[in-house]
Amino acid sequence: MDVLLDGFVQAVQLLLGGDAATWAITGLTLRISLTATVIAAIVGVPLGAAVALTSFRGRRVVLAAANTGMGLPPVVVGLFVTVLLWRSGPLGAFGLLYTPTAMIIAQAVIATPIVVALVAAAVQQVDPDFLVQMQGLGATRGRALAALFGEARLPLLAAAMAAFGAVVSEVGAAQMVGGNLAGETRVLTTAAVLATSRGEFALAIAFGLILLMIAFAVNLVLTLVGQRQAVPSR
Amino acid sequence: MRSVVAVLALLVLVACGSPAAAPSAERSLILATTTSTQDSGLLDDLLPAFTADTGWQVKTVAVGSGQAIELGRRGEADVLLVHSPDAEKKFVAEGTAGRRLLVMHNDFVLVGPPADPAGIRGTGVADAMTRIARSGAVFVSRGDDSGTAAREKALWQQAGVTPGGEWYQETGQGMGATLRVAAEKAGYTLSDRATYLSQSAGLTLLNEGDPGLLNVYHVIEMTTKAGNRVQPEAGAAFADWITGPAAQQRIGEFGRAQFAQPLFVPDAGKPEPVP
Repeated sequence: MDVLLDGFVQAVQLLLGGDAATWAITGLTLRISLTATVIAAIVGVPLGAAVALTSFRGRRVVLAAANTGMGLPPVVVGLFVTVLLWRSGPLGAFGLLYTPTAMIIAQAVIATPIVVALVAAAVQQVDPDFLVQMQGLGATRGRALAALFGEARLPLLAAAMAAFGAVVSEVGAAQMVGGNLAGETRVLTTAAVLATSRGEFALAIAFGLILLMIAFAVNLVLTLVGQRQAVPSR
Repeated sequence: MRSVVAVLALLVLVACGSPAAAPSAERSLILATTTSTQDSGLLDDLLPAFTADTGWQVKTVAVGSGQAIELGRRGEADVLLVHSPDAEKKFVAEGTAGRRLLVMHNDFVLVGPPADPAGIRGTGVADAMTRIARSGAVFVSRGDDSGTAAREKALWQQAGVTPGGEWYQETGQGMGATLRVAAEKAGYTLSDRATYLSQSAGLTLLNEGDPGLLNVYHVIEMTTKAGNRVQPEAGAAFADWITGPAAQQRIGEFGRAQFAQPLFVPDAGKPEPVP
């Protein structure tokens, strides 16, 4: 139990004491996971909406694949991306392995199916006649789509939060494609694993608590934005 | 909708604005090495000095010796620092590696519960292994392809024991984790001395000093025969540096202040030890 208390004290000390390495690790964690989430949103929102709104052969298979992808094991993604980025692999010429870019790629791959599946579910929840009605009221297709997304914004934000939560907390892919290089690719999760393997449990717990804090901060911002709009103005 | 876009834009800003990671170094090499050199903190001590002396940044991949050698074989690393002599010799004989140089040694130790139910204190190591197997006390093995696991297998073989059954448990994890599992299960395990000293986890050192417990580290430089993106000049720079006087002195000093004994003994230029 002392370890938990020590961990809490260390987390506060590292953050408030302005420990440069800890702040750098925290900043890198945010940079990598937020960038991956944004990429996943840019790819996944149109894809999820398209799957929800159009009908084509194999649509249900695509949905099932996206739903399966929500449980994509980070270690498998990490291994896959590692093999692609190896010097001897197809993308080896770029020298990306063990860089933050490689981690962003792997985390975007993890996050995209989550966004696709949750966006598809969110859009499907809106009344199927919604688009037709909007267009009947004279809205252009683009405006009708914008209104549709407005209608589904809370679940859309939830999709972003789920994707961010998945990538900021994963360790398997970050370790494999990033290599946990000090000052370069070390993020909070891999730092916690290293501290554990060195027997520095309090430090590991401190990293875990910092991770929780930043995840909470990001989700708080997203939730406040979503809820502010959800309450109808009187 | 507008606010969703605003939030996304904000996220992009945060993502781009946060402190940029170190730009990929002008010159960087990939070092594949064992977990013991990283977990003991030795590399944190050596690598900044190497970078200052040579200008090479080092990307360290800390894995078991078996995996490190495999990365070398595939041309994914420029230089290896490993401790699995038999596997290394076989690997060098394949012809894709350059020089293989002696760097340092420490030793393996048999550790276990203070009560020592198998009675291995002060016996020869082969005898100790036999006693553990006969007593039915738990033995926790790394069970990976690490240099420590390779040595453990060799020790069982020398003792004429085929380990297996309920008393023999494999973690598949690093040395620190394996020590903790052994402590929780009041079992025995084989550990390198450096990791044991830095995290003994409540286990007692019971058996040491047998020549069969010598733990020798070599540096192996890779050549372009392993893959055309290997940087032989980087591997050579690292091998020359770590066997040079400045690095050797650092190795000899490392851990002395914290553990009152050095964790590694520098060996560069000495004749190959015969285990």
